[in-house]
Amino acid sequence: MPADIRKLVVQVDEIRREMGRDVNPPTRRALAIAVIANPFAGRYVENLDALIAIGEELGGLLGEKCVQALGIAPGQAQSYGKAAIVGEAGELEHAAAILHPKLGAPLRKAVEKGAALVPSAKKQGGVGTAIDVPLGHKDAAFVRSHFDAIEARVSDAPRAHEIVVAVAVTDSGRPLPRVGGLQAHEIVGQDGLR
Amino acid sequence: MSLIDIRRVFTQVEDIWHEGGPRAEHPLRRGAIAAVLTNPFAGRYEPDILPMMEALNPVGLDMARRLLAAMAVPAEAIQGYGKGAIIGAAGELEHGALWHVPGGYAMRELLGWKGDAAAYKAGQGGAPTGQRGNALAIVPSTKKVGPPGATLDVPLTHINASYVRSHFDAFEVRVPGAPRPDELVLVLAMSCGPRVHARVGGLAADAIAQWDGQR
Repeated sequence: MPADIRKLVVQVDEIRREMGRDVNPPTRRALAIAVIANPFAGRYVENLDALIAIGEELGGLLGEKCVQALGIAPGQAQSYGKAAIVGEAGELEHAAAILHPKLGAPLRKAVEKGAALVPSAKKQGGVGTAIDVPLGHKDAAFVRSHFDAIEARVSDAPRAHEIVVAVAVTDSGRPLPRVGGLQAHEIVGQDGLR
Repeated sequence: MSLIDIRRVFTQVEDIWHEGGPRAEHPLRRGAIAAVLTNPFAGRYEPDILPMMEALNPVGLDMARRLLAAMAVPAEAIQGYGKGAIIGAAGELEHGALWHVPGGYAMRELLGWKGDAAAYKAGQGGAPTGQRGNALAIVPSTKKVGPPGATLDVPLTHINASYVRSHFDAFEVRVPGAPRPDELVLVLAMSCGPRVHARVGGLAADAIAQWDGQR
């Protein structure tokens, strides 16, 4: 059964200046968030396959929404992340079912490649709860300039029987990266790390 | 130095299919755009702040265009609008009031308002003609002084008649990390329809008759 989406939110955060310095080109981070009904709210269900399928559906949908909002070709995406907030009538494992088994493959397709782990966060919360979605370089997790996070929050969600699912995609790293480490132009991009 | 120093631009578009009731065939689309810019008057009392109001005019027009593009709809699809400002802690509420004219005028012009721009800036732009037109209604607004990440509930009303009850709404806008004390967050918001389950009666959009911006 497809996800029962109540609401879809897409954001783009463009940073042009930081500490009085131009950021050129500006950093741009997109966030796509779906507010969905939790089919297992209010009861313990052993088999979470339905949520796993929803995760697969949303990985593609939200990944594509982000790329579209950035106005880039999929291959120009540089970092990504994912997160979920489970409403009060659900359990943390519901977020795990959405995020971990099958969300990644269609998301990687939406951003072309994606050798690296998709960093994630999850929690339970009430209406208006914020979650910090971790960000990492999509092809090499050790790229230090791309370690970041973006805050996701929907003012009227999750209600008790809902789940907020967020995917973030960027076309850039932090605004003024200068703490060394592996650089994006140095990566091999095969093993997911370097 | 220019009065305008934009650090960050934040856009948000949402589609709402339902809120526990019947699923809408076409979701309600709402969008907001926030510019984070330096408050040139932070940290002191500046008696003459009007040059900033003038300088914000092109900012407003650019933001209105960007918002419409992000919402991916033609101007004719916009039915509701609103605006607002969050002033960083080193500024004063009056600095947010600078947004009233440039923010309101920008959206109204984009949506087809045919009034007199000079009169608008003098505060007389809404003079009703009684003729059918677009963006006739005042753009509702809200403002406050707040810390980084403060939320602002931006009011929304129908673009042609403020009393259209189905279109009374609000859009919560928040830019994580902004405004810093010496910054302003300036917001424009637009919507493509009534609340998703609107059913409390009152003046309906298809019953607007006076074309005076109110009814």
